[in-house]
Amino acid sequence: MNWELMWDSVPTLLRGVPVTLELVGLALLFGAAVAFAVALLRLYGNRVTERLMAAYVFVFRGTPLLVQIFLIYYGMGQFELVRSSFLWIYLREPFWCAILALTLNTGAYTSEILRGAILSVPQGQIEAARACGMSRTLLFRRIVMPVAIRQMLPAYGNEVILMVKASSLASTITLLEITGIARKIIAQSFAVFEVFIVAGSIYLLLNFLASRLIRYAEWRMTPYLRARG
Amino acid sequence: MFELLSFGPNGWGGQLLGGAAMTVAVSVSAFAFGLVFGSLGASAKLSRNLALTGVAELYTTVVRGVPELLVIYLLFFGGSGMVMAVGRVFGYDGYIELNAFSIGVLAVGLISGAYSTEVIRGAVQAVPHGQIEAARACGMSRWLILRRILVPQTLRYALPGLGNVWQLTLKDTALISVTALAEIMRVSHVAAGSTRQPFLFYTTAAVLYLLLTTVSTVAFERAERYANRGVRRA
Repeated sequence: MNWELMWDSVPTLLRGVPVTLELVGLALLFGAAVAFAVALLRLYGNRVTERLMAAYVFVFRGTPLLVQIFLIYYGMGQFELVRSSFLWIYLREPFWCAILALTLNTGAYTSEILRGAILSVPQGQIEAARACGMSRTLLFRRIVMPVAIRQMLPAYGNEVILMVKASSLASTITLLEITGIARKIIAQSFAVFEVFIVAGSIYLLLNFLASRLIRYAEWRMTPYLRARG
Repeated sequence: MFELLSFGPNGWGGQLLGGAAMTVAVSVSAFAFGLVFGSLGASAKLSRNLALTGVAELYTTVVRGVPELLVIYLLFFGGSGMVMAVGRVFGYDGYIELNAFSIGVLAVGLISGAYSTEVIRGAVQAVPHGQIEAARACGMSRWLILRRILVPQTLRYALPGLGNVWQLTLKDTALISVTALAEIMRVSHVAAGSTRQPFLFYTTAAVLYLLLTTVSTVAFERAERYANRGVRRA
């Protein structure tokens, strides 16, 4: 064990944290929007949108993320149409390709979580709301969504952790986030274990913080489960 | 376009098929490896030995909390050294070089095992305690209880969870392509580079993976139905 090298690699690896956080944060943000739209189209859309969205979820859950990243990063540039469009400013950047791939990936998984949560809202509550004279949108906004979001939080917490881990694949398309930097240091110094321990600890810390955050959100959203003091 | 995917001298069909076979081989070996790790991990977690529980807890926390790619790099760059260190303990001083296949199986197996540990642990705990007591009352020995009562029921409870682990394992093997093992992803990458048709080859790779995941979904559904044939349903 080379302690000095291990200690020296800490600040270098920490420099990858902002990139990782940006990747995860943006992907989760856009992914939530995608998931919301997909879940609604599957539950309340017509047969065509339902089939289309089911196909999207099937494809993105059934293939490895690496294929999706390579397909977007290497595959898209093959088409003259893409290269001449305004989208090319984004699609030629590995960062935005990674964001797009991660977004579509988490969107597919999250939409399933959200769909299950919406379906788990007790029918009685919906009937009660309707009996109170709520319109469809008001019912959805006030009853279905709050209950569903509370319901989906534990599963969504897993998805957040999966995303933190998945962001490491961005290193395969030249992005220097934590894993990318780790790989670079290993290739230069062959200090495999030292770097693994430092980089692994950073990821564990990030995941720990993420799970705490979700736990806190869950706690905030379930005041009725706490003992009244 | 179809000429590139054909099986002729100019086509990549044969290589892609070989890659698919390699993916299946790595996945199956890694999953089997993972089942062994998982059973060991689960029994360690359920034991009353604090040291064993601690080691198993550390294993699942680290492997499930760290990106798969990082674990693969660890074994890719450090795997031979680790195996040699183990060899030295047993008095073997020679040089051992792990090939890409063993590294892949070892890395993905380790990851798969961490998830299997949790699935198997949950399944063991799902077996009603009364049944174990009943078996003991019948005078069964520990091994007989394990063989006749615990393992068959654990398998049934664990099957849906293990199905998920299998899908994860299958998809994780794509990451092994960084070690240049000729599985689906690697072959597609090479083909995409030399023909300048990345979209075509990565789409083919996606289709191959979809085929594999779909077939395994069906297989696991069948297995579940078979395992639950004795269970009454409402």
